[in-house]
Amino acid sequence: MRFMLLFSRQGKLRLQKWYVPLGDQEKRRLGRELVQTILGRKAKMCSFLEWRDLKVVYKRYASLYFCCAIEEQDNELITLEVIHRYVELLDKYFGSVCELDIIFNFEKAYFILDEFLLGGEAQETSKKSVLKAIEQADQLTSTCYQQASPRITSPTCYEHA
Amino acid sequence: MPAVSKGDGMRGLAVFISDIRNCKSKEAEIKRINKELANIRSKFKGDKALDGYSKKKYVCKLLFIFLLGHDIDFGHMEAVNLLSSNKYTEKQIGYLFISVLVNSNSELIRLINNAIKNDLSSRNPTFMCLALHCIANVGSREMAEAFAGEIPRILVAGDTMDSVKQSAALCLLRLYKASPDLVLMGEWTSRVVHLLNDQHMGVVTAAISLITCLSQKNPDEFKTCVSLAVSRLSRIVSSASTDLQDYTYYFVPAPWLSCKLLRLLQCYPPPEDGAVKGRLVECLETILNKAQEPPKSKKVQHSNAKNAILFEAISLIIHYDSEPNLLVRACNQLGQFLQHRETNLRYLALESMCTLASSEFSHEAVKTHIETVINALKTERDVSVRQRAADLLYAMCDRSNAKQIVAEMLSYLETADYSIREEMVLKVAILAEKYAVDYSWYVDTILNLIRIAGDYVSEEVWYRVIQIVINRDDVQGYAAKTVFEALQAPACHENMVKVGGYILGEFGNLIAGDPRSSPLVQFNLLHSKFHLCSVPTRALLLSAYIKFINLFPETKATIQEVLRSDSQIRNSDVELQQRAVEYLKLSSIASTDVLATVLEEMPPFPERESSILAKLKKKKGPGVVPVSELEDGKREGGELNGGGDRGPDSAMSASNASTPSPSADLLGLRSAAPVSAAAPSAGSLLVDVFSESGAGGPAAAVNDDGFLRFVCKNNGVLFENQLLQIGIKSEYRQNLGRMYLFYGNKTSVQFASFSTTVSYPGELQSQLNVQTKPVEPLVEGGAQVQQVLNIECITDFSEAPQLNIKFRYGGALQNITLKLPVTINKFFQPTEMAATDFFQRWKQLSQPQQEAQKIFKANHGMDTEVLKAKLLGLGTALLENVDPNPENYVCAGVVQTKSQQVGVLLRLEPNAQAQPGVQMYRLTLRSSKDTVSKRLCDLLAEQF
Repeated sequence: MRFMLLFSRQGKLRLQKWYVPLGDQEKRRLGRELVQTILGRKAKMCSFLEWRDLKVVYKRYASLYFCCAIEEQDNELITLEVIHRYVELLDKYFGSVCELDIIFNFEKAYFILDEFLLGGEAQETSKKSVLKAIEQADQLTSTCYQQASPRITSPTCYEHA
Repeated sequence: MPAVSKGDGMRGLAVFISDIRNCKSKEAEIKRINKELANIRSKFKGDKALDGYSKKKYVCKLLFIFLLGHDIDFGHMEAVNLLSSNKYTEKQIGYLFISVLVNSNSELIRLINNAIKNDLSSRNPTFMCLALHCIANVGSREMAEAFAGEIPRILVAGDTMDSVKQSAALCLLRLYKASPDLVLMGEWTSRVVHLLNDQHMGVVTAAISLITCLSQKNPDEFKTCVSLAVSRLSRIVSSASTDLQDYTYYFVPAPWLSCKLLRLLQCYPPPEDGAVKGRLVECLETILNKAQEPPKSKKVQHSNAKNAILFEAISLIIHYDSEPNLLVRACNQLGQFLQHRETNLRYLALESMCTLASSEFSHEAVKTHIETVINALKTERDVSVRQRAADLLYAMCDRSNAKQIVAEMLSYLETADYSIREEMVLKVAILAEKYAVDYSWYVDTILNLIRIAGDYVSEEVWYRVIQIVINRDDVQGYAAKTVFEALQAPACHENMVKVGGYILGEFGNLIAGDPRSSPLVQFNLLHSKFHLCSVPTRALLLSAYIKFINLFPETKATIQEVLRSDSQIRNSDVELQQRAVEYLKLSSIASTDVLATVLEEMPPFPERESSILAKLKKKKGPGVVPVSELEDGKREGGELNGGGDRGPDSAMSASNASTPSPSADLLGLRSAAPVSAAAPSAGSLLVDVFSESGAGGPAAAVNDDGFLRFVCKNNGVLFENQLLQIGIKSEYRQNLGRMYLFYGNKTSVQFASFSTTVSYPGELQSQLNVQTKPVEPLVEGGAQVQQVLNIECITDFSEAPQLNIKFRYGGALQNITLKLPVTINKFFQPTEMAATDFFQRWKQLSQPQQEAQKIFKANHGMDTEVLKAKLLGLGTALLENVDPNPENYVCAGVVQTKSQQVGVLLRLEPNAQAQPGVQMYRLTLRSSKDTVSKRLCDLLAEQF
């Protein structure tokens, strides 16, 4: 897989993961073009298209488009299920996930993706294993903070920065 | 704003995100962001040391701002500081920031690498995974330099946790893709292959991606993976849907792993071990069978996962291209999908069938779906599906269905989406040319193309139609008539005017006899379009006019009038003005003879490969620059012997140069193969280079005996060495022939820069016309590629066309030259005749130069059946009961060439006891043309 993009119906990028080295300008340009291409397609159209020299696989879930750019020899259908499995993982983690969860917890969305896909390849396809890894990290988090700096648990520290 | 759900939330961040979302305009958003940036900058610069939490929060805000699409030029140092925090979330955010905002500041990279090194050696699996994720996300060369040695150790160490192994495998894959030269194969490689046997499905899933990539580059080192992959696949395929617990996805056992296993197998030729192969074929059959079973779930995820495996299996079947049974089953399965209600499946079936169409086993089976595919082209609502349908029609097109397919593509073109019109035009043009039996159909098709989609007809297309019309005198009159009619349309495309101007200028005389298209009518028609055209077209028309003056002296006055007018002779465009002035002058002062010489009909164009094909390939080629750059980088890295490349190449040309007469020295060149020729004299560099290409053996040789073996037969293996096998299949009809060449890569390594060229020694250029399209430049290990040559015999010929094949194997250039077995006898039509007729004609051909005779020793036994088979293979009719001596053989045939037909009579007289122990033949050929008699006699004398 070359990259994965999540974007809203209005074309706002919600998550972008690049598995090939590209400059920031180039990423923005490619992202913009691809988002426009996909938003220009009608519902019920095929989930695959040829775009530049890549194959693009996308699917819409509620207000969010999930879109992967894959290589010539990659399998389109399994990529569609990569997307679905990622949605399931987000859903399970956030508890019926919505676009806002991903906006406000974007870092979590990245962490979950890293557990599932690495370097553009499926690393762990078991839902249980991925979620276990994330839950463990979350536990590590809370315990660390309680031990290390109890004062930041007081609400005053959460003020507007 | 939703409550932060889990883990450790950062309220300040949530508030900031809320603020941004509430901004009513882009300006407001920028303002809010600038305020935040200023705030963060002051915090980072402030005297008060920030605690870890604040640092994390601000770094996270910067990340959010960056992901919104704004530039961030600070905060890297704070992020790097977070890496060494012993709090997991701080570390995690630090790594995320680094992964997203890679910075090539070398001081920072040193610090980052240090932090990663610490985490990798921490033995804390969570920290190790974070560090590995970061390396995999960044994947830079600096990271490869620092960690490419360490990660393989982590990957194969016995005590590494499974989750760490998974990350390490994919991390290494990313580094290998970016900097293959830095990842050194070693003792770990064999242990990596054995990860395919790992008990943990997740480990296998991750490791197999790495193994696949490594196998592609080093197939020999990894070939043990084939049997391991087959047995793993076999276990998955035969498992019940619940056996694999959480790796079962909607009742499909391990779909990701299955796909990856099937993909890995596509790096190799079919397994040689019979048992392994049997097991694999069983798997593939099971997968095909499962496709026919009722679904275990109605969910689309179930069918997608199941079909993902099915398509990957079909890809493997196509890759092997050796199991006709499986290929046909695959084709039938795809045929079902062509009519499936799911658009996605129809799309994939069309795509997959495209590759099936090129396999000789399944080409016919694919063709049976033509109506469905045409229907898809007409009715699919999605342009990308229609595009696939058009591609498939193009791939399944052959002489039998070309007219139907071209007609459908043309009618589709009238309503086709703008995005694919240009490509469609190229495809129609190529098919029309490739499968044109009668060239008036070709001309009609191209003119229709210009009429329907003139804007999309590139220069290559209209140049090509002119080349073809000029080279084929049988179509010129028709072309002139048709283009004249097309120009009558009130609005016709400028490309039509160009073609019209050119063709009428050359061949207008062929239709000038009809008063409706008299010279003046033709001229007025062209000139009525003149003012609507662009400068280049006007220039072309001016040339057509001067040609008219030559063709039709009666138009001279009218045309000179036009040239003399101010709008021409004083045209502000220099080119037009110059043409007008020069043509006017030429027509006034030159005598008719001079004019006729200067303005003679264009000579035929040298036959070359259609430039349209090249254009189509370019269109399909890689479009995204960065990726191809990446691959270039890889290639450079891979070919360490770059400097040596020149070696074999120049040595080859040197050895070729020393053999000026290719026919005389063919055998000499082969026996003194460059290896031995170069080794004693050249320096160590050359010797090394050759030993590199060792498996290649003699890298250049003009193959002669292969050629002679094909005089009396059309199919077989033309050439074979340790690297390459070339099979041949050919068919001839009248003066046309088609030859299929199959290039088989016998190694497991890819051939790069694979190219073939056909050359014509001596006068052959004007006697024989061979058209082909280039083969794909990459031939994968174990793969076979096909090339089709279309051959036309213009007139009789004696030389054989040569085929030169070049490719890179390892670092070394291989260069092979073969004689193509195209001989004059291929164009024989057998002629049956009675004895009286035969002898009458024999007598008619009694001039000495009409006869060629040879007496020679038999090289093979005089078996009657073998002799008969050879004479039939020659292409002539074997006439029974003609020769008074029943031991003798007589044959008759007509050599069909484009320019003439040459009747040939043959008599072969065996003499089994010429001398004791010696068998001799006397071969006599008589034909109306001396060169034909001579050539046939020479060819046949080698056959018996």
